[in-house]
Amino acid sequence: MIQRIELTKRFDKIDPLSITDYLKNDGYKMLKKALEMKPEAIIEEITQSRITGRGGANFPTSIKMKSFSRETGLKYIICNADEGEPGNFKDRYLMEKDPHQIIEGMVISAFSTGASKGFIYIRGEYKKAIDTMKHTIVEARRHNFLGEHIFDTDFNFDIEVRRGAGAYVCGEEFALIESIEGKPGRTRVKPPFPTEKGVFNLPTLINNVETFCNLPFIIRIGGTEFNNIGSNFASGTKLISLSGNVKNKGVYEVPFGRTIKEVIDILGEGVPNGKKIKMVQLGGACGAIIPPTLLNMDIDNERFEIFDSKMGAGAIIVIDDSHDLFDIILRNMEFFLHESCGKCTPCREGHVQIVNLIKKFVNYEATMKDYHSLESLAHVIHETTLCGLGQTSPTSILSTIEFFNEDYMERINNRIQEAK
Amino acid sequence: MQLEKILKNYPNEKDYLIEILIDVDKAKEDHFVSESEISEIADYLNIKASHICSVMSFYTLLSTRPRGKYIIQICKDVPCYLNDTFNVKETVCEFLNVAMNQTTEDKLFTVEFTACIGCCDEAPAMKINDEVYTKLSKGKVITIIEEYKEGLK
Repeated sequence: MIQRIELTKRFDKIDPLSITDYLKNDGYKMLKKALEMKPEAIIEEITQSRITGRGGANFPTSIKMKSFSRETGLKYIICNADEGEPGNFKDRYLMEKDPHQIIEGMVISAFSTGASKGFIYIRGEYKKAIDTMKHTIVEARRHNFLGEHIFDTDFNFDIEVRRGAGAYVCGEEFALIESIEGKPGRTRVKPPFPTEKGVFNLPTLINNVETFCNLPFIIRIGGTEFNNIGSNFASGTKLISLSGNVKNKGVYEVPFGRTIKEVIDILGEGVPNGKKIKMVQLGGACGAIIPPTLLNMDIDNERFEIFDSKMGAGAIIVIDDSHDLFDIILRNMEFFLHESCGKCTPCREGHVQIVNLIKKFVNYEATMKDYHSLESLAHVIHETTLCGLGQTSPTSILSTIEFFNEDYMERINNRIQEAK
Repeated sequence: MQLEKILKNYPNEKDYLIEILIDVDKAKEDHFVSESEISEIADYLNIKASHICSVMSFYTLLSTRPRGKYIIQICKDVPCYLNDTFNVKETVCEFLNVAMNQTTEDKLFTVEFTACIGCCDEAPAMKINDEVYTKLSKGKVITIIEEYKEGLK
């Protein structure tokens, strides 16, 4: 079986707006179970599970939770639903198709770490997800799964939805925190990390939507059993957003350890219209572009580090041979040029120059000097910026310089001497 | 007045600024926040108007200049581009006879680009105000816009 349906098991089987449907399908049972456990015991299960963050950075969830649970006083939990990376749409599916699962995961996190207030930060473009989550919170409150004395215990926790207003960078944790505080979303210098000093300068635990959704699953089968799913490098399942030039686009839940090729060929049923794969971009605009020869790699976070990038939040964008490499890179770079928050000079100014250089490649005007400038600029942005945006934005350039070097050389060798 | 009604929904705490600005933008037919509204919000939240301006200019969904009744946002990111066989942008702009980031003379439509709206599995996609339209074809784009023109949507 290529798929393993756990987080998506209720998709299209329940009415997402009906709490009754959710309750009939094991809903909030794991919250009840968790509330009967000791908070430390819950965190121990999560440690055993070896789950890592599903938003793209793959940081071990238990380490974050442990340091957060040591903090005292008023503490916040934030669900990062600012899914803005091009090619990613699995969080939208989770919110629109099974919203109570997210609430259940957030309440379990709050109970195990001692937090009393939560936010779900959803990008403003996701109107349906915003409406669904707002409705879901009201319903959960009415049934005493949120608010005071949850399940008649002494535990209190409530959640509020906050909307983004169109800024990709707000998916970065400190930019998101600034945005919740009502400011432009510009990142902060770390440390201190959000678990120590987050929103309103209070301890804050931020996780991706999918990470929270995994918590009821971990409580259900136990950390050890969860760790048995997947590969030696990563445990559990991953929601993959499959898009581009592929027959069956969509969200698929796949255990770690399956290959990218399996997802594209078996679940996606390959490239339509008799075309061939020219390249595949992994993770989204910030991810590596790889040739078809590398598609036998596992969907595995560790392995991707060869590009200094990871699988990201699980996007696979298939690009067929009718498309031009530099056209794709240009679109990625124009995206980052627009989305840079402007705080770090290499990111703010660097993307302007990178776009100019890539345009030269698109128009057959680039020289070897341009090639070297491009490569050096990509490294500088990657190494000298504060947040994940600048650290990952040059990946499509760095990976294609490695895997599609002949395309760069072809452009330079066939340069049109007089600029248009 | 619309703004007063919106402000009543929020405590006068400055972290609600973006929520308020989004509500104002959505409530108004010309989808923008005016100078006088900015100073009223600034008074309510006890913050500087300049801070509100810096927030307004940072976030793409907010505007300080009037826009059309219907804001058409076309996704320009790679997953949509790969499936865009007919050029959504040109279809919209030609049909409405308007350039990008401009508003039609009848003040009905403003055409903008948007970052990925997470509909990559049904690409190409566009949004008109809060409504998402996917699996677009040339004919479909024109039919949708015509329906807005005739007041059917």
